[in-house]
Amino acid sequence: MSWFVRKEKGINTPTEMKREAPDGLWYQCPNCKKIMHTREHKLNAYTCAHCNYHDKVGSEAYFELLFDNNEFTELDATLRSGDPLKFIDTKPYPDRIRSTMLKTGLKDAVRTAHGKMNEQDITIACMDFNFIGGSMGSVVGEKIARAIDYSLLHKQPFLMISRSGGARMMEAGLSLMQMAKTSAKLALLAEAKIPYISLLTDPTTGGVTASYAMLGDFNISEPGALIGFAGPRVIRETIGKDLPKGFQSAEFVLEHGFLDFIVDRKDLKEKLSSLLKILS
Amino acid sequence: MRTYLDFEKPIAELESKLAEMKKLAEENNVDVSTATSSLESSIITLRREIFENLTRWQRVQLSRHPDRPYTLDYIKLMCDEFIELHGDRQIRDDPAIIGGFANIGGQSVLLLGQQKGRNTKERQHRNFGMPNPEGYRKALRLMKLAEKFNKPIVTLIDTPGAFPGLEAEERGQGEAIARNLKEMFMLKVPVICIVIGEGASGGALGIAIGDRVLMLENTWYSVISPENCSTILWRSWDYKEQAAEAMKVTARDMKENKLVDGVVPEPLGGAHLDHDRMAEILKKVILEEIAELSKLSAEERIDQRIEKFCSMGVVIE
Repeated sequence: MSWFVRKEKGINTPTEMKREAPDGLWYQCPNCKKIMHTREHKLNAYTCAHCNYHDKVGSEAYFELLFDNNEFTELDATLRSGDPLKFIDTKPYPDRIRSTMLKTGLKDAVRTAHGKMNEQDITIACMDFNFIGGSMGSVVGEKIARAIDYSLLHKQPFLMISRSGGARMMEAGLSLMQMAKTSAKLALLAEAKIPYISLLTDPTTGGVTASYAMLGDFNISEPGALIGFAGPRVIRETIGKDLPKGFQSAEFVLEHGFLDFIVDRKDLKEKLSSLLKILS
Repeated sequence: MRTYLDFEKPIAELESKLAEMKKLAEENNVDVSTATSSLESSIITLRREIFENLTRWQRVQLSRHPDRPYTLDYIKLMCDEFIELHGDRQIRDDPAIIGGFANIGGQSVLLLGQQKGRNTKERQHRNFGMPNPEGYRKALRLMKLAEKFNKPIVTLIDTPGAFPGLEAEERGQGEAIARNLKEMFMLKVPVICIVIGEGASGGALGIAIGDRVLMLENTWYSVISPENCSTILWRSWDYKEQAAEAMKVTARDMKENKLVDGVVPEPLGGAHLDHDRMAEILKKVILEEIAELSKLSAEERIDQRIEKFCSMGVVIE
């Protein structure tokens, strides 16, 4: 009569395991909290159908969104981080890299690729925020530099999609110099008169803003993205005052003259294609 | 009254003993020269011992020493002439960056650098050496002038960072720094950049793209200050010493990691002890580097400048 006797004590299902619907079927917007079907959310370019919140997506989503039929050739896909400074904070830097690789399936905070966008050749570099906050270390700098080299060699436009908290502290001075490296390559790209479009997405701050992200022939952004040099917390602490509403939003940055336009992600591919077509 | 850092306390003790001895001798009119000279030599020995074993954090402290020579001091001590030029032609003049044409030992140059203040009023006026976007734009305007008139550029770096303020954001701090990085790579004239104090992150780099990037012996240069690194990674201000060690922020570290071209020695005990000597050393270095760089064509310098910065970083293929 064992089905009358409890063999294991208590209820062993943790709360997070209890689901009313299968995992991954529904998406809840972190902004308006409304629910939509994940497929619909994806078809909507990962924006909310109710409030137009632009979800923080990474290279996989952008490549699929922009490259025709999701066909592209990735550049330097195996490049990964060394540990030149033997950096240890609360844990050694290589351990942090390894666990982040496992968690994200990525090699570092940027992926670069070339392919066709509405039948026009283009090189795209796209940052992944979930890899240590999209921080820029040697790998990010080097991959972007090489992607620009590819653009230069094949005379095709370069699109940089930034989403980053800034430089990677664990690479200290080396990470600082990636700002210089990427800017040097962009100077060469500018000399060759090849279009460079910089898309600043939510959030783009620190050393990334103070180098390649702000150097576009066209600096563009998505609605509501946070863009700044210093982070809002640092500014608040420095000036000892609350920041005005909308401070450092894409709309604010546009108003102050540092962006060319803000584009809804659903229209991104078409708008970029039209722009490049006019220039070609 | 001299300012002593905590690790200089043993030196301070001996120096006050020396002063006392001299005073007593003078008052009583006795000859103590043997005693004072032996004390003086033991001060030198002690100072050498302490300064040979400085930790990275102690060098950070030295780089911020309140008596350390600033850009204006070097201008006064190195230049036979200096004509300061103001303003970015857009917003205002930023007193945190000083620039102008100068004559250093017969050599015309465009000299610019961040400027901290010596007292409270001055510090406020100079915004603690933290430039706003208009400071970087003034720097670029002056560098373009130097290029136009074919004069070498010397930049002196000494900043706790670009100013993280509300107006700085409104006026595009990130864009101002980014533009300088890109434009400095294409300057046709020789560019020499020297970290004379603090080299904090993008705020320093914004005037530090050069054919030669040098650091004085007791300075630091990195992506973030040790304190802020400690706050972010350890979530407490208390790990600044570890952060300075982990980030390898000193001149010697930066040279070892091939991120700067050279280290300029300071007088024993640090630049703050002997401004004249320090300025003399720096002047010599600047003139030598200009002579060396002038042998190259503009194209060669630009190519080498770009190649140097593009080789920085460590990746695994």
